[in-house]
Amino acid sequence: MAEYHMTTPLSDEDVSKLEAGDIVYLNGTIYTARDAAHKRLVDLIEKGEQLPFDLKGSVIYFVGPTPPKPGEPIGSAGPTTSYRMDSYSPILIEHGQKGMIGKGKRNEAVKEACKKYKAVYFGATGGAGALIAKAIKKAEVIAYPELGPEAIRKLEVEEFPVTVINDTHGNDLYEMGRAKYEVKD
Amino acid sequence: MRQIAYDDLVKSVKAMVMHTASHLPEDALAAIEKAYEEEQSEVAKSVLKQILDNAHLASEEDRPLCQDTGLAVYFINVGEDVKVVGGSIRDAINQATEEAYKEGYLRASTCDCFDRHNLKDEVGYNLPAVIHFDIVPGDRIEIEYAAKGGGSENVSRATVLAPAQGKEGIKNFVKQVISDAGPNPCPPIIVGVGIGGTFEVAAKSSKHALFREAGTPNPNPDLDAFEKELKEELNKLGIGAMGMGGTQTVLAVHIEKNPCHIASLPVSVNVQCHSSRHSHITL
Ligand code: SF4
Repeated sequence: MAEYHMTTPLSDEDVSKLEAGDIVYLNGTIYTARDAAHKRLVDLIEKGEQLPFDLKGSVIYFVGPTPPKPGEPIGSAGPTTSYRMDSYSPILIEHGQKGMIGKGKRNEAVKEACKKYKAVYFGATGGAGALIAKAIKKAEVIAYPELGPEAIRKLEVEEFPVTVINDTHGNDLYEMGRAKYEVKD
Repeated sequence: MRQIAYDDLVKSVKAMVMHTASHLPEDALAAIEKAYEEEQSEVAKSVLKQILDNAHLASEEDRPLCQDTGLAVYFINVGEDVKVVGGSIRDAINQATEEAYKEGYLRASTCDCFDRHNLKDEVGYNLPAVIHFDIVPGDRIEIEYAAKGGGSENVSRATVLAPAQGKEGIKNFVKQVISDAGPNPCPPIIVGVGIGGTFEVAAKSSKHALFREAGTPNPNPDLDAFEKELKEELNKLGIGAMGMGGTQTVLAVHIEKNPCHIASLPVSVNVQCHSSRHSHITL
């Protein structure tokens, strides 16, 4: 398992060298979106309309943070379970998204899209919301404020720690890790 | 009849709810530390380290441990010889919940189950609280509280087995539920198992089982042995912290059993993530 420090937007070259199990520290801009925001993004794509941010090379973080305390950019901000985004992610990947950050398993369609269009799925530590918030230096709602915690936010991050779960070669850390430690009777 | 003032009840519950969001209880912390010591996978160990660092940071800086600050779940035993004056107990609990979630900068996560709109403006901020009342002898009010997140609740399951399936059937069911859950409920987890009763009693028992302190033995020696056996079986799944593969998936298994109908064997599995935020007070 290798360690990388990367800055967004990510290129095909960046993501192609990553393998399941690698640790990556992300820097630069990432965007937040959960179920409701994903649905809206996909609707815009289908209607051929402009998105609230440039998908090309983008990294989307599946998170619904707690409200920030006064003077802080964001509250606690750990990942939410990713499968709820499975029906939307492949379309976004086809249109240029390079990275997703969440927790939990993805379906075959997402893994296929990662291979075909070169994208990766990163896992962040669920329940480490206070720690992860430390890596987020700025946060700004850029679309759908009416969605509250589910609004799209633009985050500036420094050394945001993630682990590669699904790479561009079809590997899945959840399957690999479990196979290694499973004890069969 | 002993009396408790409504405002005192609100104050105590509110303080407990606010504290619980950012302070992982000792039992959970100790169980995670033990898992960290014993884990063999380097990747899983680094995840456990992050979880422990997060817990320390959250309590030092009074930040929510997790962004999913949960639904507020209460088990409340009300003594027959105590009365709350100035308002109802349910109103006091809801008021305390709302104030704690608002003032503590916690997330409001209740929504309509169909159109999914957040209920914070029409019902109240993170309301309604989930409250299970019981009436017991005595003049005290005992309140057990947990902030229960969605990730681990989503993988929980209940069924009714045929009596002949017995312990083996229970074991297989629990194993299937945890295996299917994989990384999703934020392992390492605590597994609450409710056995017997009726369908809903099993489900409620599986939730209540999660309130027992992790690491304490089951008072029933047979159940205690069964808990240990299940824990060992589940850890063979190899899921590991955050599902990245490892030997430490389950911190504890807690079982509660109930008498049941001669024709049925209800079983429910309620999963608790590592962010096991619970507290209790007696008034
Ligand atoms: S499962 Fe628990 S630790 Fe994970 S995101 Fe939900 S509440 Fe937080």
